[in-house]
Amino acid sequence: MSSWNLPIKAIGESPLVGEGTTFDSVTDTVCRVTENKAPRGWWVAFLLAASFTGVLLTAVAYLFWHGIGVWGNNAPVYWAWDITNFVWWIGIGHAGTLISAVLFLFRQKWRTAINRFAEAMTIFAVICALIFPGIHVGRIWYAYYMLPLPNEMSIWPNFKSPLIWDVFAVSTYFTVSLLFWYVGLVPDFATLRDRAKNKTRRLVYGSLALGWRGSNRHWQNYERAYLILAALSTPLVLSVHSVVSFDFATSLMPGWHTTIFPPYFVAGAVFSGFAMVMTLMLITRAIYGMRSLVMMKHLELMSKIILTTGSLVGYAYAMEFFIAWYGGNDYERFLFVNNRMTGPMAWAYWIMISCNVLSPQVFWFKKFRTSIPVMFVVSILVNIGMWFERFVIIVTSLFRDFLPSSWGYFRPTLIDIFTYAGTLGLFFTAFLLFIRWVPMIAIAEVKGVMPEADPHFGHDDGGHEGSPEHMAAHVAAEVEASS
Amino acid sequence: MQIFPRSLNKLPLILGGVGTIVPVLLIGAIWYYLTPKNFQVGYAPTQPVPYSHRLHVGQMGMDCRYCHVNVEVAAKAMLPPTQVCMGCHSLVKTDSARLAPIRESWDNGMPMEWVQIHKLPDHAYFDHSAHLAAGVGCVTCHGRIDQMETVRAEVPLSMGWCLECHRDPKPNLRPRDQVTNMEWKPEMAANWTAPDVHPPQHCSGCHR
Repeated sequence: MSSWNLPIKAIGESPLVGEGTTFDSVTDTVCRVTENKAPRGWWVAFLLAASFTGVLLTAVAYLFWHGIGVWGNNAPVYWAWDITNFVWWIGIGHAGTLISAVLFLFRQKWRTAINRFAEAMTIFAVICALIFPGIHVGRIWYAYYMLPLPNEMSIWPNFKSPLIWDVFAVSTYFTVSLLFWYVGLVPDFATLRDRAKNKTRRLVYGSLALGWRGSNRHWQNYERAYLILAALSTPLVLSVHSVVSFDFATSLMPGWHTTIFPPYFVAGAVFSGFAMVMTLMLITRAIYGMRSLVMMKHLELMSKIILTTGSLVGYAYAMEFFIAWYGGNDYERFLFVNNRMTGPMAWAYWIMISCNVLSPQVFWFKKFRTSIPVMFVVSILVNIGMWFERFVIIVTSLFRDFLPSSWGYFRPTLIDIFTYAGTLGLFFTAFLLFIRWVPMIAIAEVKGVMPEADPHFGHDDGGHEGSPEHMAAHVAAEVEASS
Repeated sequence: MQIFPRSLNKLPLILGGVGTIVPVLLIGAIWYYLTPKNFQVGYAPTQPVPYSHRLHVGQMGMDCRYCHVNVEVAAKAMLPPTQVCMGCHSLVKTDSARLAPIRESWDNGMPMEWVQIHKLPDHAYFDHSAHLAAGVGCVTCHGRIDQMETVRAEVPLSMGWCLECHRDPKPNLRPRDQVTNMEWKPEMAANWTAPDVHPPQHCSGCHR
């Protein structure tokens, strides 16, 4: 007896929307954000984000003009903030795919409140991520060498290198995520089109809605397409970050050459992604009055996922240490004890541990799991911690080379900092535009999980909402019959 | 409520068609036209003196090495200095108008400014001596020079073209004493087999 197709009350669930929410109020709450004037706070945030995007463009132009030397990367730390930022951004994207695809296949109905939001975040995060491998090649005009294009030189990328696997993994991921996001948006764009008061809005949203009429056949095709895309995205949740981890795991560097990397990276990606969804959701939900759609229940479930994945990551950290000791490789032991836990880079290591492993542990307690300030602080800390995780993995493995004579240290330059801050600006610019012009909550899907969506809703008493007792009795009979 | 006319239903089909054909044509055009196959082959600039290889090599049978003396021992095959021309032309055709620049160069000591045709990028370190030592004939890369009135590039000299031979050199090898022979064919040496040479295929073989 599975529970996914039963009415919510039959399995003792509470509704996934606030008291008094109707189909009409869902549509109105979500659509009016795009229809009313933007609040002043939006403009402040947008201008700030847009100026940071300008910083990004300037920093990248400077980089192209002068070359990679303007970054802090140098012998022996050849990879630093560029790859750190790349992995960080890609990881953040993963929560969106997990929420939209994996939770969909597992019939986690609560995902409807946050999936649109998280998918948008995925797309913008992947765009930010893609910038770094693009610009870190030094001679930007040869960036196309990353693609296996037939050419007059008869040379190809090295197919044995995980870097080319990365190109495939990330570009597939971006394409599928974008399609998935857009397919989900079609019915909601049609809603916006139908509510449009002026011609421009009607034409723009009308084009985006691709002629959606909401007919039975449309819904059937839509559901099928959505299911197929969910099934396509699900393996990507696991594969993309596994491939990213191969960049390190297939090398022979102590601290990188570890078989735990793929699952460890995937857990970390989901962890950081959920933290980012939470940070953004807490702010947006408060500003736009979405509390009846994104309820404490949703936030609590997200806290639980953060706790789970944070502990998985903590386990991976512990296991890396254990294997370094148990494996008996002197270089690996030296790396973990002398370069990570102690030594000049230890500060980064301990920031990582305290943010990623310790801070989510507060979510064991319901009091903190349901406290907005605690959630906000922890989600920010996790974002910081996950950035440091990638920094620690990359830089502490490199800065003390095998020859003590070539030991060094890494210091970021201003351009490093500007580039990173600039991608944050780009991300928030895109995100604010998304909030302003696109329904940020999947209207159609939220309606689908409301009690009203049950075909039998209110039938027994002449079209009015059934009394809870009546509903329960009716449902119990149904459960009886179907088992 | 529909806001677009019904005819727009054809739009996806049209976009799909155009979106396929245009990129395919574009890729095809770039693939063919923006390559050395198109840019390099057929390049035949006008030289300061219309020196005819057909006359000198084809009809009079001069050996390549009479003028490009060092080709077997040096990386770059030299162009003959004015003195080599004058070795004959101080006695033959001494009043030819077309040879006036040669005599001028002879008089004032300034070398002739021939236009280079077979150009490789600066980062490709090609060595004539190594190729001749292995038995690659002049004709393989330069074409039938003995039939050219004006020298013209016959092969693309692209990296892919170089690699084709580096990956399978045997069909392009010949006995050492036949390298300058423009008409040599493998069938002409019945009991000769191509030596087992292993040209480099790694990057630093040509890019140092």
